[in-house]
Amino acid sequence: MHPAFSVIFLTTLIGAGQGLFLALVTAEAFSHIGALTAQEHHFYSTGSLLSLSLLVAGLVASFFHLGHPERAWRSAAMWRTSWLSREVIALPAFMSIVFIYGLLHYLNWNPKVFGTTALPETSLTLMVGIVGIVLCFTLFICTGMIYACLKFLQEWHTPLTPINYTLLGMSSGFTLATAFATQYSQELTSLFGTWAIIFTLAALLTRTASLLRNKRIKYRSTLRTAIGVHHNNIQQQSQGSMGGSFNTREYFHGMSAAFLKSVKWVFLLLVFPLPLLLIGMGLSNDATALLVSAFTVQYVGLIAERWFFFAQANHPQNLYYQTI
Amino acid sequence: MTQLALVIDLNVCVGCHACVTSCKQWNTSGAAGSLMDDNPYGKDPTGTFFNRVQTYEVGEFPNTETVHFPKSCLHCEEPPCVPVCPTGASYKRKEDGIVLVDYDKCIGCKYCSWACPYGAREIDEKQKVMKKCTLCVDRIYDESLPEAERKPACVLACPTSARLFGDVHDPESEVSQAICEGGGYPLMPEWGTQPANHYLPRRKTKIRLHEDELTRADNPLKKDGRLPRTDPDAPFLEDSVSW
Repeated sequence: MHPAFSVIFLTTLIGAGQGLFLALVTAEAFSHIGALTAQEHHFYSTGSLLSLSLLVAGLVASFFHLGHPERAWRSAAMWRTSWLSREVIALPAFMSIVFIYGLLHYLNWNPKVFGTTALPETSLTLMVGIVGIVLCFTLFICTGMIYACLKFLQEWHTPLTPINYTLLGMSSGFTLATAFATQYSQELTSLFGTWAIIFTLAALLTRTASLLRNKRIKYRSTLRTAIGVHHNNIQQQSQGSMGGSFNTREYFHGMSAAFLKSVKWVFLLLVFPLPLLLIGMGLSNDATALLVSAFTVQYVGLIAERWFFFAQANHPQNLYYQTI
Repeated sequence: MTQLALVIDLNVCVGCHACVTSCKQWNTSGAAGSLMDDNPYGKDPTGTFFNRVQTYEVGEFPNTETVHFPKSCLHCEEPPCVPVCPTGASYKRKEDGIVLVDYDKCIGCKYCSWACPYGAREIDEKQKVMKKCTLCVDRIYDESLPEAERKPACVLACPTSARLFGDVHDPESEVSQAICEGGGYPLMPEWGTQPANHYLPRRKTKIRLHEDELTRADNPLKKDGRLPRTDPDAPFLEDSVSW
């Protein structure tokens, strides 16, 4: 497939924003049960603002993908059948919860709720945060399923696709949270840093699994089934247009196999070992610069990872467009 | 239930592209606006087409065969492009099974084109909406046209009648008969899309001639020859049997 930068930025930016929000709620939950000293409310409101700006940036990027952005509101209509439509609903819903969560913390308006025998006493913000977590994972699944549900794009049609989207988003979000937490407390930094390392390692495992899976993929469609002529030697002589068409542009990455391979190694380096090294060094030295560079390096790596994700997918329609 | 479709006879198609040009002519002149043509006489011409004819060479030289392969939307009975559309712009008509795009609802996200394994959808890069074969829906029901002309433009244009049009759910229709008798097959059956359009395979059209059919002979099979003479000395039936 042709990797569209609008979609690459959409998925990587909202992934980081979602991960960061998960980190914030994790911190609040930990301090709620007393495993962590309570943070001042500005930590959560600033963090939510950062998360929300990443989500808004992703949403803005997605509009560049549309031919008619002014009709984007229509895309919420078919949520019963379309994962894209579900994402279009889940993203603004999640954004509004992040906004409410940040606003409650900013106003420092945090009344206790529940406190009955059935439900233990909880703070309002934590309840909003839990709703946010549910929406956050819904959004991760919707984003991943947009690609995983297309059964003839065999590289994508696997449960590993939504799993990778989730883990890579959490990995970059927690790395960002680690860098962000250096402004507040050492305790938070090491908590987020530990989770960032865990999620990065988990993502390394699942992303490698998908790479291995895709390496041995056996394509179900061949030129024989595509045109229905049962002969082992079929060669295309013309594709019905001499100057290329939508079909020759949308489904090819347009780069050499060597370039594709080098992008794979670049992202494998930038997304996993380098950030792990930088986080490790940053945690032991408590150096903000190292942790910020860990996030930056990983984010650049994720752009390469998403580019590769699209470029690697081989659409069966390409069988019809092998030569001019 | 009706399912309108095309049946394309690969044995007859000569690859003249008359279906391509007539399709473009009809559909670029319709109420939905023109089909994009960018730089048509320049260096890199490109444009939106509903129908294209491709050419394949089958076999190894010198034993090759050229297959001309017209390719357009197959109007699948389980169209994978329809459920993925987030706006509902892509839909399959209940009454006749034609898969259509509502150009006023389409947001141009191209997701449906990713979901079509045949690459049958092309975006109009000027109007920024997804376009595809409509089976000339603005023509086949037009009662101001003579009845014989209420067919898709490509079908009318085909000089060799390689394209048939009709209801594939009606077992008595011309297209159903052609599929049944001519061994019609769908493309990429492995994905369960159940394309309504079918293709008829290449067939060997040979006449078998025997040598004696080439030289003129009277009564070559001796069908009307004289019966063998009987032995004049052999006894007659009357000699041994008395009535």
